[in-house]
Amino acid sequence: MKRIVVILAAALLPALLVAALPLRATAAELKAGTFAPARQAPDFTLRGSDGTDLTLQRYRGKVVILFFGFTNCPAVCPTTLSTLAKARKQLTPQEAAQVQVVYITVDPERDSQARLKEYLAGFDATFVGGTGSEEQLSAVRKEYGIMATREAVGTSYAYNHSASTYLIDCDGKLLALMPYGQPPDDYVHDLRILLQKG
Amino acid sequence: MVVRGRSAKIAAALAAVPVLAVAAWAAVTPVQVRTRDELFEIPTGTWARRMAGEDLGILPEKIRLTLGLRDVLVLRNLDEVPQIFGPTLMMPGQSFRLPFAVASSYQFDCTAHPSGQMTVIVDPFPDTPWARLVWRVRELARSRPRPAENGTT
Repeated sequence: MKRIVVILAAALLPALLVAALPLRATAAELKAGTFAPARQAPDFTLRGSDGTDLTLQRYRGKVVILFFGFTNCPAVCPTTLSTLAKARKQLTPQEAAQVQVVYITVDPERDSQARLKEYLAGFDATFVGGTGSEEQLSAVRKEYGIMATREAVGTSYAYNHSASTYLIDCDGKLLALMPYGQPPDDYVHDLRILLQKG
Repeated sequence: MVVRGRSAKIAAALAAVPVLAVAAWAAVTPVQVRTRDELFEIPTGTWARRMAGEDLGILPEKIRLTLGLRDVLVLRNLDEVPQIFGPTLMMPGQSFRLPFAVASSYQFDCTAHPSGQMTVIVDPFPDTPWARLVWRVRELARSRPRPAENGTT
C-alpha cells in the first residue's frame, strides 16, 4: 500500500510542478494596466524636438513611453518626467538605450521645438518631444483617447490633461497604461519585462 | 408580570445568539474570494442606445477595492465602437486590466463623469476581526444589483 502511495506521489509531482508554472508567469505581470488584445499604437508624424520628424516607426525595436502634456504644466508633467528620468537611470546602459520617452505637447502655441528640447533636457537629454499644428496634435490625442482642455489662469492659460503614460512594446503594440503617480520602481519593473519580451 | 418580562429577555437573548454567532464567524474566519477582478463592462449596443437618447450608467464615479482580495480593476468594451472607458480609450472587444498593489486613493481623469475624475479607493487587506466583519458586510451590500448612475462610462 505504501509503495502505491509513493508511486502515485512520484507520478503526480511533475504534474503539480507543471501546474505551478502559470503562477510564476503571473508574478511577471506588469504593474501598469494592460490591454488585451493589444492594438497597434497609432503612428503619427510630428515635429520632433531633435529637429527631425517624430514618428513611432522610428523607435521600432525599442520600448516607447508615450506621454502628453505641456511645458508650462505646474505639477503632472514635471512629476511624471522626473519619475521617468529616475526610472531610466535605474536601468543598465544597455537597457536604457532600448527605452525611448516621447512627450507630445498639447500646447503648440507655446511649446516650440526649441522650447521642448530645452525643457526635456532638464530631465533627461534622451527624451524627445513632439509638436505640430493644433489639428495634428488633436488628431493624435483622439487616436489615444487623450483629454486636454484649455483653461484660463489669470491673464494666461493652462491645460487640464490626461496624466497617464502609455507603454508601447518593441513591436509597436500599445500594451499598457501606467496611471499617474506610480513610482520609478514600477516603471523599471515593467520596462524590464517588456525589454525581455523583446 | 415579572415572569413575562423575564421570558422576553430570554427570548431576546436566544434570538441574539445566531446573530452573534454569524458576526463572530464573519469576524474570525479568514476572507477568501474566487477572483480578485472587479469587472465593469460596456455592453453591446451601448453606443446605439446612447444615440437614441438613453442615459446609461456603467462605471461609477467612485470604485472601492480591497488589497489582496479584490484589487484588480477590469474594464471591458463589448460594444461595436471604440469607447472612452474610465481612464482610457478602448477598442471594441478590448479589455483593460489594472492591478493595484498599494492601499490608497487613486484619481483618474474620466471625461464621462461630471467631475472629470474617477476615484478608485483601495482599502487595506482586512486582517483584523473588525475589518473582516466590515468587509463581509460590504461584500453583502455589493452583491446586490448596482444602481445605474448618470453618464458614467
